[in-house]
Amino acid sequence: MSTAPHALEVVDLRVELEYGEHEDIVDGISFRVAAGEVLGLVGESGSGKTTVGLAVLGHTRRGARVARGEVRVEGRDILTLPPLERQRLRGRLVSYVPQDPASALSPAMRIGGQLEETLSEHGFGASDAERRARIVEVLAEVLLPSDETFLRRYPHQLSGGQQQRVALAMAFANRPRVIVLDEPTTGLDVTTQAHVLETVRALCATHGVAAVYVSHDLAVVATLAMRVAVMYGGRLSEVGPTGTLFRLAAHPYTRRLVEAIPELSGKHALASIPGTAPRPGHRPAGCFFAPRCAYALEACTVAPPPLESVAADHVVRCIRHADVMKDAAAARPAATARAEIADEDALITVREVDAWYGVRHVLHGVELVIRPRECLALVGESGSGKTTLARCIAGLHTAYSGAISYRGQPLERGARARDANARREIQYVFQSPYNSLNPRKTIGQIVNQPLRHFFSLGGSEARRRVVEVLDTVQLSSTVLDRYPHQLSGGERQRAAIARALIANPQLLVCDEVTSALDVSVQAAIIDVLADLQRELDIGLLFVTHNLALIRTLSQEVAVMSEGRIVERGLVDHVLDRPQAEYTRKLLSDTPSLEAALAASG
Amino acid sequence: MSDLALGEPIEVDLETKPGRPWRLLFSTAWGQHRTKIGLGITLLIVGVALIGPLLAPYSPDQGVEGQLPFASPSSDAWFGTDDLGRDVLSRFLSGGVSVLILAGLSTAIGIVLGVAVGLTAAYSRGKLDDLLMRGMDVLLSLPQIVFALVLAATVGPELWLLVLAVGLTTMPRAARVTRGAAVEVVEKDFVRAAEAIGIPRRRILFSEVLPNITSPLIVETSLRMTFNVAVVAGLSFLGFGLQPPAADWGLMINENRNGLAIQPWPVLLPVIAIALLTIGTSLIGDGISRAAIGIERGRGGRE
Amino acid sequence: MSIRHGIAGFVIRRLLLGLVTLWITSVIIFAATQALPGDAARSILGRSATPESLEALRQQLGLDKPVLTQYWEWISGVLTGDLGTSLANSLPVTEVLSDRLVYSLFLMVLAAVISVPLGILLGAVSASRRDSAFDQTTSVATLGLAALPEFVVGITLVVLFSTTVFQWLPGVAVTEPGVGPWHYPKELILPVVVLVIAVVPYTARIMRASTVEILESDFVEMARLKGLPERRVLWRHAVPNALAPTFQVTALNLAYLAGGIVVVEAVFNYQGVGLLLVDSVRGRDMPVVQAVALLIAALYVVLNLLADLATILVSPRLRTSLS
Repeated sequence: MSTAPHALEVVDLRVELEYGEHEDIVDGISFRVAAGEVLGLVGESGSGKTTVGLAVLGHTRRGARVARGEVRVEGRDILTLPPLERQRLRGRLVSYVPQDPASALSPAMRIGGQLEETLSEHGFGASDAERRARIVEVLAEVLLPSDETFLRRYPHQLSGGQQQRVALAMAFANRPRVIVLDEPTTGLDVTTQAHVLETVRALCATHGVAAVYVSHDLAVVATLAMRVAVMYGGRLSEVGPTGTLFRLAAHPYTRRLVEAIPELSGKHALASIPGTAPRPGHRPAGCFFAPRCAYALEACTVAPPPLESVAADHVVRCIRHADVMKDAAAARPAATARAEIADEDALITVREVDAWYGVRHVLHGVELVIRPRECLALVGESGSGKTTLARCIAGLHTAYSGAISYRGQPLERGARARDANARREIQYVFQSPYNSLNPRKTIGQIVNQPLRHFFSLGGSEARRRVVEVLDTVQLSSTVLDRYPHQLSGGERQRAAIARALIANPQLLVCDEVTSALDVSVQAAIIDVLADLQRELDIGLLFVTHNLALIRTLSQEVAVMSEGRIVERGLVDHVLDRPQAEYTRKLLSDTPSLEAALAASG
Repeated sequence: MSDLALGEPIEVDLETKPGRPWRLLFSTAWGQHRTKIGLGITLLIVGVALIGPLLAPYSPDQGVEGQLPFASPSSDAWFGTDDLGRDVLSRFLSGGVSVLILAGLSTAIGIVLGVAVGLTAAYSRGKLDDLLMRGMDVLLSLPQIVFALVLAATVGPELWLLVLAVGLTTMPRAARVTRGAAVEVVEKDFVRAAEAIGIPRRRILFSEVLPNITSPLIVETSLRMTFNVAVVAGLSFLGFGLQPPAADWGLMINENRNGLAIQPWPVLLPVIAIALLTIGTSLIGDGISRAAIGIERGRGGRE
Repeated sequence: MSIRHGIAGFVIRRLLLGLVTLWITSVIIFAATQALPGDAARSILGRSATPESLEALRQQLGLDKPVLTQYWEWISGVLTGDLGTSLANSLPVTEVLSDRLVYSLFLMVLAAVISVPLGILLGAVSASRRDSAFDQTTSVATLGLAALPEFVVGITLVVLFSTTVFQWLPGVAVTEPGVGPWHYPKELILPVVVLVIAVVPYTARIMRASTVEILESDFVEMARLKGLPERRVLWRHAVPNALAPTFQVTALNLAYLAGGIVVVEAVFNYQGVGLLLVDSVRGRDMPVVQAVALLIAALYVVLNLLADLATILVSPRLRTSLS
């Protein structure tokens, strides 16, 4: 048994830029996956995890090349094969499941044709009938119909879940030995995600396929993978069994990452990792994590740490792993108590609101109250209408009936129709900071805009206010003259919050403000919001799809589904004793690191 | 139709480049050979057109003494004489200003009108958008040169008419490009953010939307200039631009076409100049376009 | 069946839209040629015209009637196939046009049939060999050629192949009335080449750009990761999706070809509609000018309709959403 080659073995892989100074994208990557095993490859954006995933298929993106290393599939190094042979192995011996099947399936080709070519181009089966039989079989395995009408459909005629199942079917069609799944459930709602994950697990187990599951979502990986490899800055920082790695991390980065994951129970304080991950070409000497690491010593900044073994099947790239592991056993700081809700008159009252997008009826009889100084979480999956409701309140969506009032006074539909005070006191922070800051203006100009507009303030007084507000969101005044693209995602979102704050709002509407950000940055934004609420007495409407986020921040929660509020109440009540069927399902389908670890050991 | 400007974007490292959008665009564009070559060629021709009249050895309207029509190049007339025995070089040096002024003026008119229409359409949406763009479509149904000819049929070959016709037909093309670029910007959340605090519409258009579409507009301007040089010179060539005895590149080609077999220079010189001018402006447009797309990608790549 | 119904509905809507465009264009053409302030009769006959001849011409053009009546008479004539009478030779405009139309359409169709597939092929191959020497050469060549005005290309070809350098091909198309253009293959070569040079660069550039974009898309990467041969990735997955934008641009360019054809016919003295337009403008032959302008606008509408149809055919998403 031990002499049999692993299904997949990656040895000292290096992928670098093809031109310029050949900076590495990933380097020194080594791991093994046994047949039937799922390895989770986790990392934040830019960590190089997708590059490694693609290299397993002997493929690199345009502008990159494999400079060194081996990718052994059942003992055979596929990187040394001539390009044509490598191409023939792809999709047959090693296959790939893409991140976004909506854009990864050929739009102008029928489902049947795409499955058929996957087989025929690899010479699967002797006849059309044989291939046809295989298509029927593999579609059944991914729980899809295989009748003629289904096969004649185009990708856009399928739901997101169905598209991902078709992609799975294509990947498993040629009975591969190794499969790479690149965040295959991103963009699916949690219920569909749970089903797709279950299918992946079953297929890999029954067919003895070695799977590499690339993801940024630690909770999903913890649910699915037996072993986990953590990537940071293009290096593997730690590889080990899932339970050990998440409970007893030997690398400070893994540990901080785990602590940054919001949990449903809300027992522990959310921790963020200061600073940002280094990009290729801007990496420090020594350990790449050292500049952000609390454990960093002088030695850490000198030479890159070697990959050391700390236990059977557990390796780490940190010279202080013993100390880190010792501390891991210590208790995590508990969550700070939320502010109490004051029993005051409503700040915002929403009465019988129905809203439309064109002819589509997206909100049905919504009722909602937001009180001053409270944080109300508005939770729902994509398409539930939560953003529309938030936009109605902020005056950004006008096609609604019913009444929204602010401090007892009815609000006009649409911001332009409202008086300046209402516009100033209700501020909105958008989902994506990549989209909400004008790329042609400096951060100083952007944050100054509401000040000039509402208070006609300019000159040094304005500058003083801008700097003050930037300080509130923990941005230094050095960003004043920088353009949005010169900031990281987290910094941009802080700037967007600063722009809202400078108007002295009473209510801050936050629309999925962390969903475009990495998990290690997310916690910091949540911290900023919690501080604002506590110290500036601002009311918050916190719109999110992530149930785990709300316990740290909100007092009350409203759960939305298909344009209706299905449940409303204090956060602790709703999360611990959900009444609505929908809330219960949402809670049970949401992947949770805590639950996965509890189940595994 | 900025399809001429579809270039391969160049790689831009935003880290090492200046932050100011304008400087970034121009320094990136300047970093490419094609922009330098294009600018060089364009400046050469513009220089010839502007300074040429001062350098002309003879008056462009008078014959060279002792020279017959269509005389071959000699020491008296370096490029020979034209159909009326006038010095080809002098007429060439004097004949470029008109093309430049007419094309430049009509491009400016067309771009200004087109940007106004396109911005209004993109930001207003709904019925006004439909109405404006349908109107532009109607204007597009006649090629520029045909539209100008129809007007010339009624009024005659007047220069103001030529500028008006070419300018008016430039407008719908510029409007389409403007609207296309602006529609994407209008969708962005930073425009929502400005609306939410009640910034006036006009200010939003000028300070939020317009600065974000300058790159496609610059590219479009250079492109329209390229085409309008062709249209203006083409109309002169057909006899509907400047009228004899004026010196004008298009007119020179028209007048001397029949003597091509004996004396090609009065045709060749303006043909070469017009070819260089159009190639030059289109190279500049291509350089800027590549730079702009490259910058856009560099920004996008950060997400 | 419902799909067909949907597409038919779409085509009818587009057709109606095209007719509205055409109708407004007719108003513009009419306004520009007849209703513009000033005395059209005087501008046609010149200052020295006698009052009698002016009066006669006014009557012939219907200038003595109210503007709306004039327009109505003209447009109802157009709809019944009566385009009026040419002032130059007193023949019905339809008769003057018919021969010329055959000449121009033959030239255009020939140019389109050669240049559209050539452009698509060139663009697709350039895109698939992105940054290769072939791609770079094509890129520079198409950029330069696309910028050149048609008369510059035409005259250069005449200098190269008919007068100064070589004397291989006729620089002037001497044709006899009533004889079809296909009887003059030698005379056709240079005009066709000029038009091909005018169209190929655009088609190639837009095709290259959209193919490059498609080649970077997720589904093409997926096709590669499925282990499909590069040839199949390009022709089966990338190219069909790159065609739609190419068709749209090509239709517009072919429509502008109508502008190019005016110049090209003038360069080669080719007896088509374009040359007729130039001569009629010079001779102030209003009925002919109006007819030719309207014809060119109609060509634009038809080409756009064809492009829309072709786009629907290559885009399943559009096809199915219409059902």
